[in-house]
Amino acid sequence: MEPSPPGPVATADGTPPPTGAAARRRPARLWTALALVAGGLLLAGCQVPTFGIHRAVTRQGSDSVKLWQGFFISGSIVFIVVLILIVWAAVRYRRRSNDIPRQTQYHLAWEIAYTVLPVIIVLILFGFIFVTENNVDATPKPKMSVTVTGFQWGWRFHYTTGPAKTVTVIGVELQSPELVLPEHEAVRVYLRSHDVIHGFYLPAIEFSRYAQPGITNEFNLNLTKTGTFRGQCTQFCGIYHSIMRFRLKVVTPAQFTSWASAKRAAGSGTSVSTGRKSGTTSTGGGPAGSSPYTGSTTP
Amino acid sequence: MTDVIAPPAVAHAHEEEHGPSGLMKWITTTDHKVIGLSYIITSVVLFYIAGLLAMGIRVQLITPSGTFISFQQFNELFSMHGSIMLYLFAGPFAFGGLANYIVPLQVGAPDMAFPRLNALSYWLYLGGSIMMLMGFAVAGGAANFGWVAYAPLSTSTYTPGAGQDLWVMALVLTGFSAIFTGVNLVGTIFYLRAPGMTMFRMPIFTWNMLVTAILILIAFPVLTAALVMLFADRHFGTKIYEVVGCHMASGAPDAHACGSSVLWQNLFWFFGHPEVYILALPYFGMVTTILPVFSRKPVFGYKTLVFATMAIAALSTGVWAHHMFTTGTVLLPFFSLMTLLIAVPTGIKFFNWIGTMWRGQIVYKTPFLFCFGFLLGFLMGGVTGVILAAPPLDFFVHTTYFVVAHFHQVLFGSAVFAGFGGFYFWFPKMFGRMLNDRLGKVHFWLLFVGFWLTFMPQYIVGLRGMPRRVASYPADLGWQSWNIASTIGAFLIAASFAVMLVNLWVSWRYPVSAGDNPWDAHTLEWFTTSPPPHHNYMHLPMIRSERPTWDYNHPTSPSIGVHGARYATATPGRDGPSGNGHPPGGNGSGVHAGEASASRAEGASGGSGGGDAGGQPGAAGEPGGSGEPGGPGGEGAP
Repeated sequence: MEPSPPGPVATADGTPPPTGAAARRRPARLWTALALVAGGLLLAGCQVPTFGIHRAVTRQGSDSVKLWQGFFISGSIVFIVVLILIVWAAVRYRRRSNDIPRQTQYHLAWEIAYTVLPVIIVLILFGFIFVTENNVDATPKPKMSVTVTGFQWGWRFHYTTGPAKTVTVIGVELQSPELVLPEHEAVRVYLRSHDVIHGFYLPAIEFSRYAQPGITNEFNLNLTKTGTFRGQCTQFCGIYHSIMRFRLKVVTPAQFTSWASAKRAAGSGTSVSTGRKSGTTSTGGGPAGSSPYTGSTTP
Repeated sequence: MTDVIAPPAVAHAHEEEHGPSGLMKWITTTDHKVIGLSYIITSVVLFYIAGLLAMGIRVQLITPSGTFISFQQFNELFSMHGSIMLYLFAGPFAFGGLANYIVPLQVGAPDMAFPRLNALSYWLYLGGSIMMLMGFAVAGGAANFGWVAYAPLSTSTYTPGAGQDLWVMALVLTGFSAIFTGVNLVGTIFYLRAPGMTMFRMPIFTWNMLVTAILILIAFPVLTAALVMLFADRHFGTKIYEVVGCHMASGAPDAHACGSSVLWQNLFWFFGHPEVYILALPYFGMVTTILPVFSRKPVFGYKTLVFATMAIAALSTGVWAHHMFTTGTVLLPFFSLMTLLIAVPTGIKFFNWIGTMWRGQIVYKTPFLFCFGFLLGFLMGGVTGVILAAPPLDFFVHTTYFVVAHFHQVLFGSAVFAGFGGFYFWFPKMFGRMLNDRLGKVHFWLLFVGFWLTFMPQYIVGLRGMPRRVASYPADLGWQSWNIASTIGAFLIAASFAVMLVNLWVSWRYPVSAGDNPWDAHTLEWFTTSPPPHHNYMHLPMIRSERPTWDYNHPTSPSIGVHGARYATATPGRDGPSGNGHPPGGNGSGVHAGEASASRAEGASGGSGGGDAGGQPGAAGEPGGSGEPGGPGGEGAP
């Protein structure tokens, strides 16, 4: 969903905003309405600030953002309540006399309360987690797929189905190879690694997954917004981990098709940009006898 | 109340130590106190070294394309910073140092159960520590695969150096050291408790160390085994984690020739998550020891705390894969739920700590302030931990600075705030002299401000997408100002520990005698002299609750109170002697709860009068005889 300016608009669940006159007459109604609006805002997810993260450009990421908003708000409430309790106890009960205070050690009702209440809270949180996670990890049949291979220290994007089939893009380090994908289409990503464990991370989609040797991870991306977004390896993978970057470029389906045909027209469809800055050396070589630039990529 | 018993265990305690003195004493000793001090000194020195490494990291990150050190050096720095802090400081400082020193004293034992094994633990630890640091001296540099050493990056194909081998074998040595200490603590706590000290009269610190020791026995053998396999992969050609050269022509892995790249993560985190609680539980124990003393109350909800500790330990063995949510190889809902559930016993502890302070008479001495700092830091770390327990959220904060901030708030919060709170608290017992309280407060406030200034910006850059373990970052994303703030905070932390060095020097140069019990503390170790004699006790008080020294010094104060039970407070003339039906607590206490006098017991035999000596007033001061009505205790009577 596109972010829209916050304001007393009707929310996703159709709750009308409380009007001032009604609120004055019936305070109880006001609270109900406020609670509904707050809940609606939370569900809608768009009017609520993102609290430091990006508005995700995928359907999956948008779900994560909503979960984050809920967690941030509920976590803040818990934090503030407990913080006040701690500070209050420490300040209010500072030493004022030499008397020995009551030596209270047990208060069963409170102890039960503060055991049961957290259990309820975490079970509710778990419910939200469970639903969101199933959405994020769902992999319905995609229209196209791309195999992403991480290697020390770059990325290889090989399109396996769809308009760009057989196109391959490779780049290392600060060259930031570009993963071009169309919006509004389900894209399956097959993620693997050529050598050590890498992390495929795009802040703009609020998602990451390990690229691991010997293991192929699959996930779907449903991109909702065009633009170019920054990506980076997040799992420490050796000396040039810091600059193992890439980009995600989201284009319209029409642009994607023309990009793909241009790529395929230009030779074998593989665009390789190699060579790092002179003067840098690599410790720890890659596996002998194979190269990330070739290699079969059938998923 | 002057009941003093001489249990068999201490009947032949030596008045003075026979044996070598000076350096030879430190080398040949099997005395838990000397070994404990060796551990404390070694681990604090290592803490300072690792802290300096962290400063190197922070200086590098002041600018986006930092040129302070090279990528290679940066990778060594953060790897060794993490390794030293976690393996060589936070654990050994707690269970090798403070627990070694304090637990036998708290249970009234003359020494650890296996004194020679204890000495072996220390020497393995010292050897392992030196071995790990030697990595800086060999060609190729120190270990540079992070403190988690993820395979296959840690196999010889990618990190072939000798520094890495030294790292692996150093951890095998310190792992055995930890296992032996675990055995020793379990043996000591189960078999060497003084007469009268039932399990439910053990101080919470001892309880936590028992649970920690059991966790050590569960977790560390797994790490040691995993390391041995890693070493075999590195040198003997096994393919346990190694995945090179085992792909078929199609690119798919050949199951018969391939190692597994997630096996190391599973094994490591099966150690690593209990390890987090091995690092945290001792510090919880310290907080739970310190807060009641400075609130002048018993710990609130003693038994719930014990069960919460056990619950944390049990759950901690079932949550390891929450470090692996993004591997795509683990059952997310299970590990998510287990992780969330840990918040419950941890929350219970928080409420118990708050309940301990509630309606107390809190004395703001340095150890209390450090515990206060712990509570706030750990609260923030705990709340963000719940966020990390949600896989969809973990997907985008995993391996970013958000995680760095989270675990520093948790582990720095416990190992540094609570740990040095414990250090300030027990220092008088160990050396018979006080640390300066004013300098201690300067230390605390510098540390407190530095701590929040260092780690809060890291949450923000983490959420904006800054990965951890990077030596440079893009300049156009606005991350630099947050990193500068973080670095300034780190310098404040460093300054605070410079203040601690000054404090130690002042204490050494201008000693202020501590007396036996400067804080009016509760547990048994404060009953003996400071420092304790060779075999700890000449005699012991009756042990009727988890606070034997308090009971001895406050014979007329009710030992344990249950909300709703009617008994008099220490304030004369409020409830009066008629206000109590029975002495609460049911510990067979001989204390007359109704007696309204709070006069202090006469300081028999190394009693507790020393706190006022030398102008360094004890925390609690003299409780007796003020006679002021209207204390908080009085108004709280139901």
